[in-house]
Amino acid sequence: MEKRVFFKGWWLPALLVAPQLLISFVFFFYPSGQAIWNSLFLPDPFGLKTEFVGLDNFRFLLSDPYYLASFKTTIIFSTAVSVSSMALGLYLAALADRLIKGAGVYQTLLIWPYAIAPAIAGVLWLFMFNGNIGLASYYLKALGYEWNHTLKGDQAMFLVILASSWGRISYNFLFFLAGLQAIPKSIIEAAAIDGASFWKRFGSIVIPLLSPITFFLLVVNIVYAFFDTFGVIHTITSGGPEQSTTILVYKVFSDGFVSQDLGSSAAQSVILLVLVGILTVIQFKYIERKVHY
Amino acid sequence: MKTIKAIIASLALFAMFAGTAAQAKVEIQWWHAFGGRLGELLDEQVNKFNASQDKYTVVHTRKGNYSETLNAGIAAFRAGQHPNILMVFEVGTASLMAAKGAYVPMYQLMKDAGQRFNPKGFVSAVSGYYTTTDGKMLSMPYNSSTPVLWVNKDLMKKAGLDPEMDLSTWKRVGNALDAAKAKGIDMPFCTCWHSWVHLENFSAYHNIPFATKSNGFAGLDTELSFNSPVHIKHIQTLGKWAQEGKFKYMGRRNEAGKNFRAGECMLMTESSAGYAGIKKEAKFEFGIRHLPYYGATEAPQNTIIGGSSLWALSGKSKEENKATAAFLAFLSRTDIQAKWHQDTGYLGVTTAAASATKKSGFYKSNPGTDLAGIQMMRNKVTQNSKGLRLGSFDQIRGIIDEEMEGVYNGTKTAQVALDSAVKRGNVLLRRFERANK
Repeated sequence: MEKRVFFKGWWLPALLVAPQLLISFVFFFYPSGQAIWNSLFLPDPFGLKTEFVGLDNFRFLLSDPYYLASFKTTIIFSTAVSVSSMALGLYLAALADRLIKGAGVYQTLLIWPYAIAPAIAGVLWLFMFNGNIGLASYYLKALGYEWNHTLKGDQAMFLVILASSWGRISYNFLFFLAGLQAIPKSIIEAAAIDGASFWKRFGSIVIPLLSPITFFLLVVNIVYAFFDTFGVIHTITSGGPEQSTTILVYKVFSDGFVSQDLGSSAAQSVILLVLVGILTVIQFKYIERKVHY
Repeated sequence: MKTIKAIIASLALFAMFAGTAAQAKVEIQWWHAFGGRLGELLDEQVNKFNASQDKYTVVHTRKGNYSETLNAGIAAFRAGQHPNILMVFEVGTASLMAAKGAYVPMYQLMKDAGQRFNPKGFVSAVSGYYTTTDGKMLSMPYNSSTPVLWVNKDLMKKAGLDPEMDLSTWKRVGNALDAAKAKGIDMPFCTCWHSWVHLENFSAYHNIPFATKSNGFAGLDTELSFNSPVHIKHIQTLGKWAQEGKFKYMGRRNEAGKNFRAGECMLMTESSAGYAGIKKEAKFEFGIRHLPYYGATEAPQNTIIGGSSLWALSGKSKEENKATAAFLAFLSRTDIQAKWHQDTGYLGVTTAAASATKKSGFYKSNPGTDLAGIQMMRNKVTQNSKGLRLGSFDQIRGIIDEEMEGVYNGTKTAQVALDSAVKRGNVLLRRFERANK
């Protein structure tokens, strides 16, 4: 049975939703509207004159092979970041959950990297892999492996995935740990008495019971990989080499604020807006159904 | 209550005094891109100006690298929060020129302020870059340099080479690199500013067009043309060296300078203005040579400048523009220019500064520091060697860098990369032409 509350009159409910509406308007509807409007124009960088070009910005974008390649880059990047950080987070959470002594210390230390801002994390990893002064690149070289992420696209990609996943592992760890601790011990003990091995218990009891959290984390991680990894990419590779680490969001920035092509940048924002909308609908329509609550 | 009143009264009094003090001096903002040693020298100039008179105060702020400074300036202009003076590197020149109304042209600024200013005093190879076709100077040349070849003489010896050997052609450079590699030198060659040195200056030096319409000077409908056989040959050579481990790619801008200053790189192509840092940090004997060329063409043409000029942005009060004019006139003074030239390795942008430096015997005691000037002014400029004036050129450089990375890491041939860069660059030129009609 659904519970419904009815208000008498309209001003109280209107007042109660007003702050939320105001925030949505200021931070979502207004900027989105601006992006849609701007995507139809070709302005000069200084904003002195502008020309209405209709859908030309979109045509220009979709005929740019680097823009299309950026979709692929984004998919590879966000999949790798989400999967690796979730898998490691789950692994560490499973281990930490079994700890008897010193659990607090381990948990605190594992959560620590989450406190580091993406841009700082990027700089940290960049230092370690810097071709001139980096420790990691120095040791790799000693092992006979030439590290130069300014030139090699796959190495650059690996590095930004590493730096982006690193802080994320903590976040995922935290949620998985909470999820694991919420699973009643009695269920697991019952299964153990029935003779189910650890992996059997993990596979058929723990994972299904974790599915709401896993689903939540999947959405949050993909959104993170799409939008919040900007700082990491900006500090480590600036989207290079040869745009091999230019994900869609980075391209919006680099075309808009580095190249001063605001028309194209606005058009990209619009495409991104549509894309995220579709993605969210898919996630909630199809994946959520398979989730046990 | 009394004490509160007293506090308020004294605060008000203080605010009044502070207000009048601020009014007495006109403050102007200068956004620039210089850090490190260059930043210190720039700060010195500003302090000197502020101390030299009591009407104006210049406040300078570093906004990041050249591109970041330009972008910060443009974004601030849109928001109406822009500085009085913006440092714009040569690549952004066409973008600013096209933005009529965003700046006060230099000749206008000086005339309005009643400041004595002689545009003819500037070296024409430099001022030509910032002057309209009908001879009006739009911005003030600040720092201009040209690429040269830097030699680590100690590493040359280690490679069993004569440190004074002839390195005037790329072929000879190639031989030296072979010898260095054979002797186990880890980084025989490195370079800064790939497009600027190996395509833009390369074109001027070999007297071949980088773009049509006199490299863009003659019109916005220019098209890139740096995919000629000579260009391809050179980039292919660099790619081959990279594959063979003789040339190490360190980054798009001047990252390689760090390796040279640390004594790791034997030969480096970099701006003549690398001088400030190299002189300060290098713990080895270094030499300066002319940029190498391909012997097949006759004697090389001249190289072109890189660096920045200062633009007076519009929308400022008359008083502030006066201050800007006074400061820019101060910067073009012979003593200031000569000191800047000698400290940094940037060219002496006024003829007076260049001759004062010569008279002081600086070139004799610092061999090689005059090479950049000679290299730039060695011949009568042709339409291929006057410079570049291309819109959206910062992005086009980005495209060129991307494509060249493909050549260095072996995924593309020079032909494919340069063809693609030309094609992608032309798209941007057309977009720029359209936005600035």
